[in-house]
Amino acid sequence: MLLVYCPYCDVERAETEFACRGEAHIARPADPTQVSDEDWVNYLYMRTNTKGVYAERWRHIHGCGRFFNAVRDTVSDRFLKFYKAGETMPDLEAIAKEAGK
Amino acid sequence: MSQPFRTEKGGRIDRAEQLTFTFDGEEMQGHKGDTLASALLANGVHLVGRSFKYHRPRGIISAGSEEPNALVGVYRNGDQTPNLRATQVELYQGLEAISQNRFPSLGFDIGAVNDLMSPLFPAGFYYKTFMWPKSFWDRVYEPIIRAAAGLGKPPKNPDHDVYGNIYVHCDVLVAGSGPSGLAAALAAAETGAKVILCDEQAEFGGSLLSETSASIDGKDPCDWVAETIAKLMTMDNVTLLPRTTAFGYFAHNFVALAERVTEHLSNPDPKLPRERLWQVRAKEVVIAAGAIERPMVFPENDRPGILMAESGRTYLNRYGVKVGHKVLVTTACDTAWQAAFDLKDHGVEVVAIADMRETPPANLISIAEARGIRVEAGCVVTGTLGRKRVKGALLGKLMTSGKVASGGQVACDAILMSGGWTPTVSLYSQSRGKVVWDADKGAYVPGKSVQNERSTGASKGLYGLQATLEDGYAAGEEAAKAATGKSAKITYSVATGGEAGAGGTLGALPHDRNAARVKAFVDYQNDVTAKDVKLAVREGMQSIEHIKRYTTTGMATDQGRLSNMNALQIASGALERPVTDVGLTTFRLPFTPTTFGLFAGVSRGDFFDPVRNTPSHDWVVANGGVYEDVGQWKRTWYFPKDGEDMHAAVARECKTARESVGLFDASTLGKIEVVGPDAAEFLERMYTNPWKKLAPGRCRYGLLLNDAGFIVDDGVIGRLAEDRFHVTTTTGGAPSVFATMEDYLQTEWPDLDVWITSTTEQFAVAAVQGPKAREVIAPFIEGVDLSAEAFPHMSVVEATFCGVPCRLFRISFTGELGFEINVPRRHGKMMWETLAKEIEKHNGTVYGTETMHVLRAEKGYIIVGQDTDGTVTPQDAGMSWAIGKKKLDFVGKRGLERPDLVAENRKQFVGLLTKDPKVKLEEGAQITVAENPATGTPAEGHVTSSYYSPALDRNIALAIVKNGHALEGKTLYVPMPNGSIPVEVTGPVFYDKEGARLNV
Ligand SMILES: [Zn+2]
Repeated sequence: MLLVYCPYCDVERAETEFACRGEAHIARPADPTQVSDEDWVNYLYMRTNTKGVYAERWRHIHGCGRFFNAVRDTVSDRFLKFYKAGETMPDLEAIAKEAGK
Repeated sequence: MSQPFRTEKGGRIDRAEQLTFTFDGEEMQGHKGDTLASALLANGVHLVGRSFKYHRPRGIISAGSEEPNALVGVYRNGDQTPNLRATQVELYQGLEAISQNRFPSLGFDIGAVNDLMSPLFPAGFYYKTFMWPKSFWDRVYEPIIRAAAGLGKPPKNPDHDVYGNIYVHCDVLVAGSGPSGLAAALAAAETGAKVILCDEQAEFGGSLLSETSASIDGKDPCDWVAETIAKLMTMDNVTLLPRTTAFGYFAHNFVALAERVTEHLSNPDPKLPRERLWQVRAKEVVIAAGAIERPMVFPENDRPGILMAESGRTYLNRYGVKVGHKVLVTTACDTAWQAAFDLKDHGVEVVAIADMRETPPANLISIAEARGIRVEAGCVVTGTLGRKRVKGALLGKLMTSGKVASGGQVACDAILMSGGWTPTVSLYSQSRGKVVWDADKGAYVPGKSVQNERSTGASKGLYGLQATLEDGYAAGEEAAKAATGKSAKITYSVATGGEAGAGGTLGALPHDRNAARVKAFVDYQNDVTAKDVKLAVREGMQSIEHIKRYTTTGMATDQGRLSNMNALQIASGALERPVTDVGLTTFRLPFTPTTFGLFAGVSRGDFFDPVRNTPSHDWVVANGGVYEDVGQWKRTWYFPKDGEDMHAAVARECKTARESVGLFDASTLGKIEVVGPDAAEFLERMYTNPWKKLAPGRCRYGLLLNDAGFIVDDGVIGRLAEDRFHVTTTTGGAPSVFATMEDYLQTEWPDLDVWITSTTEQFAVAAVQGPKAREVIAPFIEGVDLSAEAFPHMSVVEATFCGVPCRLFRISFTGELGFEINVPRRHGKMMWETLAKEIEKHNGTVYGTETMHVLRAEKGYIIVGQDTDGTVTPQDAGMSWAIGKKKLDFVGKRGLERPDLVAENRKQFVGLLTKDPKVKLEEGAQITVAENPATGTPAEGHVTSSYYSPALDRNIALAIVKNGHALEGKTLYVPMPNGSIPVEVTGPVFYDKEGARLNV
């Protein structure tokens, strides 16, 4: 069971308090009418599904209820960074390098 | 003396305390401190079970949790726990154990005929035999396989024991309490770190408990263990857990421990749990799991009386039990020699030490000679005699040609064997570490750490008492430092004796017998022989993962801890590829078999899943209502009266609700309060419908899509004020709708000033439906003009019900005049009982979910999740009217424009009427164009809802059918096993198509 840090509550808690909501930084297009069919399908369904360092959304569903983001190594399951929703996407390559991947 | 194989003295048993136990009904004696295995051996009992496939007589082979043969059932409180390893069952007064997998008795077992027919059971037997015909699977093969499967018999009664559960955090968890584990725990504890030390055995000390030929700090190893444990017990920062197996290593250093709390007690305190699950989050883990001895793969190596050499030594030194009176020791390594010496010193006749090495170490030979033990170098066992107990062995001389010459025969009543040592890397492997091949040691050892753990001592292939002690201290210090940053000055104890041995062998041994006729076992529990592994390779299996599944080697309860390395070597030889190319199967949790009770803990019966009751619950129980489970909710299904069956009850409820009035508990509906200056804008973006112009006091049916354009939920939404909406959702969809709203609000539209709150549990809801609904509620409602003009269909108002504040909706899911009254949950019971009494005056009825379903189906109202399946759009459902055409955006709008969603031939929501009104369709049945379609013809759609309609006095159905809207009036077919049913496609509304009954 993973140990997850909520940047809003500033606590580490067991995974059972949280829900993972898939890849982070996939923004809903501001004006969907301007988006091609292909791009809309990409927005809906296509994810990078990285083997390695990956930014994903988590929600402290049984805690404060807030959504936040985490960088996780999908191979080792190690979390490398937690940050609040709305913060810019960190440099995943740099994080991977620092973690010795 | 009743225990003919008990030593005169020595061992850690309490000779003063004699215990009586039974095995297969026969009464025997043992001592406190015995395991069932050691007590049986003390009584000369080796035969304890029959093997799985061939029903061969099998004996105790080890002294630990890896035991593959001695699986027994233990009776307690009138039921038995199967498949316990006798080597782990602690003896207590009155213990009742039985052998398994034999009929009618252990001594005479009919299944043993399988052994004679063994050429019929080669590797892959199941795959080869049970192939065809297909129809034989259900009737012939599966019953045979099921009858033969499994060793023990499952318990007959529900488990009456209780199981505990504890979550803990610690700095350092040490798994295993041999020399390195104890040293690690001590070193870590001295730094002040919070330490947990666990060991699967009853006593701490591991191999030290059977070590009589070494000393630590000049003391007997057992005394050193006792002193160390005594010291750890005084330390507040240390938790000691004996009888506790670390069985699962999960992500983020989460380790699960199974503690056996009362199993070893004759009369356990009923307040104590049988077992306790420890869920440990350790900052650092020290794996001190030790190593286990490898069997030697020679013909007939499975006879009762053949044991691992170190286990024989453990029985002797720790339990005071001689495995036999005339013992042959066969080995490929040094350590087994000590077993021979110890036995000899206890007066046991050692007939010979047969070492397959050409030149065993000279010092060992001279010790043997000093004791008068015959030594045979370059010698292997090529076969054994006896059936229920080994009687002798055939010896073979290894010649330089690689062939084996007969070396004569020796008589013996026990054989101790040692093929060398295999480090126990299971926990390391579970931590996702990758083992690496150590050619010098001939073993897989832990590689790089993936989590915060380190292996120490024998579990990483390090042997010798002094070396393992030192390594343990260092591991403990390192772990504590990593966890807490602290260190302490630690004095290492120093050991003499217990030196590391050399030697070892892998794979099948050579012999001079007819290879086609002998069985040399690799996996005892699954009856896999060396021949089977070779056959698997000949038949094309290349990877050990395939060989494992084809032969079942390594699939026993020890997960191949005993067998893997030998199987690997045999496969490697047959494939003519190095061991490292064949691969190693993955060790998975649990490390040893773990009870379901432990995993379930208190989550059984009523505690398995929370039960959600509505305020009408007590009244419904008292009035004979029948419940159905809807998720966690208990919802009333129907209310039978005077012995009615469900059909009659539902028909009466439907009829009464349409003719007079019905009362329904709608409290389970999801409710969400949406509040704030941007509340209308938020709903505008979430739902398909327009909300901004909805006046306070009015309601609207809301349709919720996902961004792909498919229907995911629906419900009526009432506007209470400019900035406040009362949203309802389906019963099952409430949590996901709320989560979706939060998601969009927090991450896509954080600019909106809106608060949403789940209020499902805050309101009790009574639906009063039917022509008399207004008269029923009128006496209790204050502050509202209920007339049709003042309070029309789709209105909402805040009023009082019997003086209690309420939200009154005029809405209908039945097609009749209807009201839904929301009161604070604590007043729900009062509201229900008041209304239930009132409807009697109007000859009304209470009704349940089944009637609710029928009434809505008569009106063609969809139930999301029943009539939709996640691929249905509003257009498909005939609900384009629910889409705000002028809206620039809402969740799902762009999705609806995708080519596939506007294409022809989509499945659409329709009604179906069977040509014969008495015929009721089955929900889920497929719909075709042809009356008798050819096999493989794709269906045009399927039946989603089907009921008898009392209002129409005929059966009706709803369905989704390809191009359904254009097929109205056409005939389709529903092919069923008893013939095809013709149906006419209709619109989905069967009753009161104009909706006149709503607006009265
Ligand atoms: Zn939080």
